[in-house]
Amino acid sequence: MRRANVSAAAALVFKRDLTLALRRWDEVTQPLIFYVVVTTLFPLATTPDLAQLRTISGGVVWVAALLSSLLALESLFRSDVEDGTMEQWVLSGQPLAWLLLSKVAAHWILTGLPLVLISPVVGTALGLPFDAWGTLVLSLLLGTATLSVLGGIGAALTVGVRRGSVLLSLLVLPLAMPLLIFGARAVSMQMDGDSPAGPLQLLAAIFFLALSLGPLAMSAAIRISVES
Amino acid sequence: MGPDAAVLEARAINVWRGERHILRDVSFEVHPGVFMKLTGPNGVGKTTLIRVVCGLLPAESGEILWRGKAVRSASEQFHTELAYLGHPNALKADLTARENLRFLAGLRQSLEDSDIDRALDRVGILSRGDLVARSLSAGQKRRLALARLLLADARLWILDEPATNLDVAGVTLVEDLIAEQVAGGGLVLAAAHQRLLDESPITERLELS
Amino acid sequence: MWTWLHKFASPPHAYRLLGRLAPWFGWPALVIILLAAWWGLVRAPADYQQGDAFRILYVHAPSAWMSMFIYVVMAVAAGIGLIWRIKLAHAAAAASAAVGASFTFLALATGSIWGKPMWGTWWVWDARLTSELILLFLYFGYMALRASFDDPQRADRASAVLAIVGVINVPIIHYSVEWWTTLHQPASVTKLDKPSIAIEMLYPLFMMIVGFQLYYGWLLCRRLRAEILRRERNATWLKEGI
Repeated sequence: MRRANVSAAAALVFKRDLTLALRRWDEVTQPLIFYVVVTTLFPLATTPDLAQLRTISGGVVWVAALLSSLLALESLFRSDVEDGTMEQWVLSGQPLAWLLLSKVAAHWILTGLPLVLISPVVGTALGLPFDAWGTLVLSLLLGTATLSVLGGIGAALTVGVRRGSVLLSLLVLPLAMPLLIFGARAVSMQMDGDSPAGPLQLLAAIFFLALSLGPLAMSAAIRISVES
Repeated sequence: MGPDAAVLEARAINVWRGERHILRDVSFEVHPGVFMKLTGPNGVGKTTLIRVVCGLLPAESGEILWRGKAVRSASEQFHTELAYLGHPNALKADLTARENLRFLAGLRQSLEDSDIDRALDRVGILSRGDLVARSLSAGQKRRLALARLLLADARLWILDEPATNLDVAGVTLVEDLIAEQVAGGGLVLAAAHQRLLDESPITERLELS
Repeated sequence: MWTWLHKFASPPHAYRLLGRLAPWFGWPALVIILLAAWWGLVRAPADYQQGDAFRILYVHAPSAWMSMFIYVVMAVAAGIGLIWRIKLAHAAAAASAAVGASFTFLALATGSIWGKPMWGTWWVWDARLTSELILLFLYFGYMALRASFDDPQRADRASAVLAIVGVINVPIIHYSVEWWTTLHQPASVTKLDKPSIAIEMLYPLFMMIVGFQLYYGWLLCRRLRAEILRRERNATWLKEGI
């Protein structure tokens, strides 16, 4: 038997999570349904007039995506920590940060990506014009991916805490506010005819920062959480 | 014995849990070819000590050394030579026995199907290989967790109550596995309530009180 | 130097040292704050643009400064505690959190009081106020995370990771909020910024900052002593008398 290298281990983690999700795929669809329900709340609370909704459509889609992603992220590490798998990962001799990043990536593909893909549909229901679809999707791709990393850090810190989902939102939402500002504004700028390049580039920069430092923070947080 | 011989050493380990001074200046050595059995009443700190030795729980003071080097600074190397079996079996209920081994033991070693089958057979659950872990009995789950040890290719085994939920044949299996590991130049440190190789010449004891 | 640091970090020594330091922070703090308050609120001339309302700046700006400063101190202390495993550092971070949150709240309250006579509303989405609000959320998150663990070690370490992540985010948050406000008001200055004033009028401002810093030092000494007592309550050095 040969020692497995890091990429083989990370690939196994990725494959495992996809396999597990496909066997319990009702858990995967719930955040998506939540997303659609939340966006429906806004017209009900304000006005059915598409022209008025249009002005806030980018923001509403973004806020709904933020909340749905957070909901999905709350249980990211719970089952692995509870059944003892996570401490085996800590002791596996493989760099924990890579294993966790692989897990977050699988989670994003299962929950974040579907949100992004149906966002044009949801946006259109709020009056979002067709020419803003590209910016909406691109901003949400970067935003939900970054949020998965930030949420992963929060989930790692709050694993096992009672009523952890509220605490997770309290911790992660302030950190996610810059994402919201840049992402939603990119969409409105596109709708106003301005170029959204500025905020999109800022979103990309934040994403790369999160990608490089996030897994380290997650790894530290997980080690703290599996101590007891 | 050379300076980096495969020796596990604990020096003056002190651990507090909140306000309780659970482990007080605990020191011991485990040499190759030895099965060190950790005994003591419930709640005395056996699991805590085990977790400290593994590196899961930091001690307030004291050191764990493997091959003469502090584990705190050389942890990845230490972990590649360590296989740990704790109280939880670390099994995913929705994966089959084979998949459980592939996705967990496979993180350490590249595994062929034949390796997995051989391990399942050794612990006596080859026929259950394609059942999801949820449908295994408690004893079968524990055997599956033991199979993971076999696939770890590890010099040092650290076990916490390995024979939990096992019948008489299962306990014998655990004893055989430990004896084989030790005979091959390995080391085993285990916290155990029950009789496990108590009369054997390879067994040393550490009693916590 | 390390032996000195470890000696200082040992609870009995720290407890005694902090006890002796506290009055050296406390009394000067009181004097300087009162002096700065009198100078700014009473003696300095009224601004020709904003009248007397701008005097609240003498409390608002130093509070905002302190709220940021303390967050950084908290994160650095938490980081030191995490990396070098010094319990006193964790205690310092814990002791600072509520103080920082209070300064943040003070900045928000004084900002709101300033805004009312100026623009007729109790709240305005100005860059600084919005940043302070988000900072308040970060403080609350830190304190909530600490409170959710029974195990003090886990509380210390988990909140340390959060504080470090937070401190890295703070510049990003600041920049994004600035950007967010300027898009609507391209040429405007931050609404709650100081009016164009002569340099002499800034003296009470700096004085107030110094006063607040000393006040924080005093509070930290006292709260840290209380934290040490709490954490070490069963230790022999306490039972033997201080």
